[in-house]
Amino acid sequence: MTQILFRFLVGGAVVSFFAALGDCLKPKSFAGLFGAAPSVALATLGLTIAESGKQYAALEARSMIAGAAAFFVYAVVCCYLMAKKYHAKPVALVSVLLWLACVIGLWAVVLR
Amino acid sequence: MRIHFSVSELGKIQWWELGIRFFFGGAITVLAGLLAKRFGPVFGGLFLAFPAIFPATATLIERHERERKEKVGILDDVRGRKAAALDARGTVLGTIGLVCFAIVVWKTLTRVNAGIVLAIATSTWLIVAVGVWKASRLRFGREGR
Repeated sequence: MTQILFRFLVGGAVVSFFAALGDCLKPKSFAGLFGAAPSVALATLGLTIAESGKQYAALEARSMIAGAAAFFVYAVVCCYLMAKKYHAKPVALVSVLLWLACVIGLWAVVLR
Repeated sequence: MRIHFSVSELGKIQWWELGIRFFFGGAITVLAGLLAKRFGPVFGGLFLAFPAIFPATATLIERHERERKEKVGILDDVRGRKAAALDARGTVLGTIGLVCFAIVVWKTLTRVNAGIVLAIATSTWLIVAVGVWKASRLRFGREGR
């Protein structure tokens, strides 16, 4: 339980830090780079290396390549839909399902 | 337009908006750890690239832009949406850096000190993302801020 709480606090802090950095920057397209900052990865990998070792964390990083490729598809779709006519909140949240479909597809076809 | 850094922008964000980000980030980090434990590192690793920052940020940008216009008496729904789309365009470019981050960690972690690997990987993400952003502005011009 303590471990979960620690993960929660570290993850929340790292994600908030990168999000705040993006908030402080202009122009918006540049600030947007920080929407894809390796925040969850930095929070998770450090803890994983300490708990399970480098080999285990390296395997996670290999899968992260597929996760990042799915993130690329997700962001392209969000950008297109927001530019056309849909509001940010529903697009960004519903499209997470697309990201999920992409990562599960890549996992089933390439990684498993 | 030059890159501009202003801490005062943080003052426009409400405490509950910061709280949502913190909770979301913490929850995803916990979820990634639990999934890795349950299904192994190959499946759990996918969630290291979960879009944890983008949804809240894009929503914030659209709302702030709309409120800014409403303050001067303009009811404009389009501008906020377009601003969020610009943020998304930056995020698209950032994901290219994220792929490079993952490759650096995957290829070097077992051979080099973990702290150094994470520092180099984060620098790689930043250099690639900024480089691609600059290249895209040279290629496609500077429409949109």
